[in-house]
Amino acid sequence: MITLSGINKTFRVTKRQAGFAHAVKALFSREYEVIKALSDVNFTVGDGEMVGYIGPNGAGKSTTIKIMCGILTPDSGVCDINGRTPWRDRVAHVAQIGVVFGQRSQLWWDVPVVDSLELIRDIYKTDEATYRRNLDELTQLLDLGEILKTPARSLSLGQRMRCEIAASLIHSPRILFLDEPTIGLDAVSKIAVRQFIKRLNAQHGTTVILTTHDMQDIEALTQRILLIGKGRILLDGSLEELKKRSSERKTLVVKYSGSPPPLVTGMAISGEKDGRLVLELDPAIVRVNEGIAHLAAHCELQDVSVSDITAEEMVAALYKEYQI
Amino acid sequence: MKLYLKYFAINLKCQMQYKAAFFIHLLSRVVLSFATVASVLVMFARFNEVEGFTLSQVLLCASAILMSFSITEVFARGFDIFPRLLGNGEFDRYLVRPRGIIYQVTASHMEFGRLGVFVQAIAVLCYAIPNSGVVWTWDKILTLFLMITCGAVVFAGLYIIFASFTFFTTEGLEFMNILTHGGKEFGRYPFVIYGGGILKFLTYVVPLAVVQYYPLLYLLGMEDGVFYMLCPLFGILFLIPSYIFFRIGLRRYKSIGA
Repeated sequence: MITLSGINKTFRVTKRQAGFAHAVKALFSREYEVIKALSDVNFTVGDGEMVGYIGPNGAGKSTTIKIMCGILTPDSGVCDINGRTPWRDRVAHVAQIGVVFGQRSQLWWDVPVVDSLELIRDIYKTDEATYRRNLDELTQLLDLGEILKTPARSLSLGQRMRCEIAASLIHSPRILFLDEPTIGLDAVSKIAVRQFIKRLNAQHGTTVILTTHDMQDIEALTQRILLIGKGRILLDGSLEELKKRSSERKTLVVKYSGSPPPLVTGMAISGEKDGRLVLELDPAIVRVNEGIAHLAAHCELQDVSVSDITAEEMVAALYKEYQI
Repeated sequence: MKLYLKYFAINLKCQMQYKAAFFIHLLSRVVLSFATVASVLVMFARFNEVEGFTLSQVLLCASAILMSFSITEVFARGFDIFPRLLGNGEFDRYLVRPRGIIYQVTASHMEFGRLGVFVQAIAVLCYAIPNSGVVWTWDKILTLFLMITCGAVVFAGLYIIFASFTFFTTEGLEFMNILTHGGKEFGRYPFVIYGGGILKFLTYVVPLAVVQYYPLLYLLGMEDGVFYMLCPLFGILFLIPSYIFFRIGLRRYKSIGA
């Protein structure tokens, strides 16, 4: 159980203008700018839940994760994770969590991955039987096999990320924090990573908190999303609710020959893509089948596709709505 | 301790991946540290003794301090490159592992190439031991051992303080090198030759004289109190302020972020 209430965090950043004169001045007196990284952040995550934590760059996602991991201490507020305060009870707390920073490695660069995993086993005092069991399972599910004998430096990004995830799970943590786990991965690796996380959550009941910019991650993995912007939690709800909340508009992509078709009310041109016309349709005014029938009656249709608003577009709309 | 050996093994394995680089590094360290010794030889080519110490006695002193320093360079390397650990986020990783922070910084980085100085110091010691006029009884051997090991501890304390500054500045502070590398360079000669003020400073503030000058007097039979013999042990106390300073820095790191 993770509970955050009233978490505030400010950073002090030195302000300096360009130019030599200012640089000299800065040696003697510095101007500081206080940046509010988090203000009054509250949320609760239950055991075994999977939560997607989204927001634009600099919104405070990483700061929140770092507080929950015990790396940072907030200015004020309460953070209780399984009965412990991360920054007060660091050692006991971190033994229960796994952390993957997508942009940083925790493997020793020049030795085979399995050597790193063994050292991590000893750091966490994981007993041999548990280690064996976890390693076998991870090897199978993440398809590690041969990779384990390769030094980390010669792995591809996708292979390395699979190893990073394995390294974070050797000690069977109850909570897994994933900070941009799919960043830079190719489609196949992304899907493999997602499937694994889903399975981990379903089979072991591991609580997963993941930050990402990839909306497909969110769609594939999480029921619940937390949206943060400018240090505030703006939304906390399920993906479905959010989709409903944002308009019900459908997108029609139409390929036609001849002159462009006239439109009825409730339809609007939103752009053109590869010689196809992209239309927005509001089902409250005109029904989808009526809209298509109208188009078909007025021009020669070659191809039509109808789609809901994507998660990507939805989030872009949300960012816009909250001006973050 | 068992875990420390595992860290030791993985560090060694990592460095053995690049054997040529390792040996070139080792060799360059040997050659470099010759300069330290050579300058002593040059000095003694003009003078027969410095403040009452003969060439062999100074070489004995120099080799002990060189050994201390190189032990620290090998085993406390993590504090030497501490600004890098903060910069690349490796330090955050230590914070999410259930072990002591100072322990992890120490264990995660060992640089065996720096043993070059140690190798060379042994050679100097081999020359100095029979020529320094010391009658080698067990207590003298113990004193020399304490000088070397406790000396490494004092240098390690300096490295920890150096690292702690990084929490406040994020950049390393070069002035600390006056005490670390400077301590090694000036420590070739018994600290008494630099005058009373400096000797006091190096006794009570940064206890380098405690592991060098005072026990040296015992080795050479100039003093025979047990206090002089066991004096290096006081150097270990230096870890206390270093540790406190590091904790203060760490608390600041956790509250200002990176």
